[in-house]
Amino acid sequence: MEYGLDKRSNALKIFNTTFIIVWLLVACFPFIWTFWGSFKVRADFFSRADWWYAITAFNTLLETGAKFTTDAYSQAWTEGEFWKASRNTVIVTFFVVTISLFLGTLGAYALSRSTRNYAFWILIAALIFRAMPHITLVSGYLFPFFQLQIWGILPTTIVVLVAINQPFTLWLLYSFFKTVPKELDESALIDGCSYFQAFRHIIMPVMWPGVITAGLFSLMLAYNDFTVTALLLNQENHTMVPKIQSYLGTNQHEGNLMWAVSAVVSATAPLFMLVMFFQRQVISGLTAGAVKG
Amino acid sequence: MPNKTFFWFFLPTGLAMILFIGLPIISTGIQSFYAQHDQVVKEVKKCDPFGCTVSIVVDQEKTSKIREEKPLGKFNGFGTYVDRNHLAIEEIGKFWNETNSFGEFVDQVTNLPFYKALIFTLTYCLFVTPNVLLLGFIIALSLNAVTRRIRGPLIFGTILPMIVTPLVGSLVLFWMIDAEGIIGANLQMLMDDPYLSLKSSKTLTWITIIIYGIWHHSPFAFVVFYAALQTVPQEPVEAAIIDGASRWQRVRHIVLPHIYPVVTFVALISLMDNFRVFEPIIGFSAEGSAQSLSWLIYDNLVNEEVILFGSAAATSMMTIVGIAILLAPVLIRTWKEFRTAR
Repeated sequence: MEYGLDKRSNALKIFNTTFIIVWLLVACFPFIWTFWGSFKVRADFFSRADWWYAITAFNTLLETGAKFTTDAYSQAWTEGEFWKASRNTVIVTFFVVTISLFLGTLGAYALSRSTRNYAFWILIAALIFRAMPHITLVSGYLFPFFQLQIWGILPTTIVVLVAINQPFTLWLLYSFFKTVPKELDESALIDGCSYFQAFRHIIMPVMWPGVITAGLFSLMLAYNDFTVTALLLNQENHTMVPKIQSYLGTNQHEGNLMWAVSAVVSATAPLFMLVMFFQRQVISGLTAGAVKG
Repeated sequence: MPNKTFFWFFLPTGLAMILFIGLPIISTGIQSFYAQHDQVVKEVKKCDPFGCTVSIVVDQEKTSKIREEKPLGKFNGFGTYVDRNHLAIEEIGKFWNETNSFGEFVDQVTNLPFYKALIFTLTYCLFVTPNVLLLGFIIALSLNAVTRRIRGPLIFGTILPMIVTPLVGSLVLFWMIDAEGIIGANLQMLMDDPYLSLKSSKTLTWITIIIYGIWHHSPFAFVVFYAALQTVPQEPVEAAIIDGASRWQRVRHIVLPHIYPVVTFVALISLMDNFRVFEPIIGFSAEGSAQSLSWLIYDNLVNEEVILFGSAAATSMMTIVGIAILLAPVLIRTWKEFRTAR
């Protein structure tokens, strides 16, 4: 808090700076370390002899002749079929985001413009649905999906992720729509627009910040999901996160653990880039429900 | 908005939620009353020159036929709920009669799978939630005191643990604390114990997962608190400074009351998220010493031989009851506010 009257003592300043540096180390170092280690061989990153090898690259130098190696990446992406997993992730993420936003904006607009009691109860029901652990829902899906023979394919997973995502998207977009003044669409209605036309031509153009935020959160949910994708997709259709887990399970391969390390870096990097560009939207989304409510 | 227009606008999302959140809960409820079929056995008489022996073998043909006819399994009523892997009513009764001291009884009960998982889940919630609130608040306060220009990158660094998926986050930490990783190896050196491993003891595993939980969830609390701090009015704070209030008094009497509603919001959200803890257990390969309710369900669903739908469903229903108990105070308060507002 930078108030003109507020004089901070030097001791406090030093304490504050130290605390922030320590916290940032705790928060970021694991990622930096994993990124660094992904360019080493297994004997260095998981060294039985001396952890210092991970820095001096003793075994990497012996095995590959250089201090850095991209073997783990090339093997995981080709032999480990990580390319297939990332393709599946792109497909799932793209469709989940588009469909979620389409359904979510329509529903949230209706909720924000309705003055009836049921709108309130729908929001409460959405809150309860938001609290459901995903694994309990999955245990409800598996049996019917087996019976209908729609288990294991991407479209099923996309629809399920869209549905699981709806409660949060609704709440988020609802709080954004509430900030758009009612007079805007009311005047359009008086001029003879239908509700849909007012929504399409008057409200949506001013809603872009909200839509981008909601889109980012749908994207993060679909991209990061493990519970649904691991249990509802067959081996062939696995997305990145269950794929990483499958590298851990089959430990006979010497290289597999390093596959997992390089796969973790490959999966995390695009996400970090995205958040770097859209940091403002992510933060506004996280606080939308909290600060106003 | 007229009812009819509302209906058409809301229909797609409503349908999605009813079909894929509402119905699955009902489906889980129905499944929990069924159990998988027992295997059909038949007696096979084998005769050789030394005499005849009768052995019992599984009748594969009949078993699969019954499974095909009634895929849901046989009706079991509340049988699954009270069996050894869930509420274990019978076993608890037995322990109560057989054990000599209360401590021994508690010990026995907490070794039953469901209670073991329940206790881990509750311990995790109990330790992670308050610490997340505290750490998030401290980070928000100290970042708020930093020059505005460098805050952007600092915030980016702070929210990293939150945006990765729990499986990846726990793996990244696990690789470091592994006996062959950087932290694990250094701990062994510090403690002068070459066999020290965070995996080997139950308490250490629990502590690791709890620390992971705090690491993963604090950024969320930070972001919300940070945004709330920006809305704290300046005048009362300035007045307090003039009146000679210390820094702590200002936080205690002006800042905290102002952001109090946000604190309850963060507490509620992180309680709900912590209750479903599951991925870190896989990431840390901690199945041996730490099991949560969600992990029990997952374990039943990935069972090799036959998927235990009934057992998974029963645990799911009890998890939902747990969530309902957690949410009840909030829902009751909202309902009261809603009634008075009308």
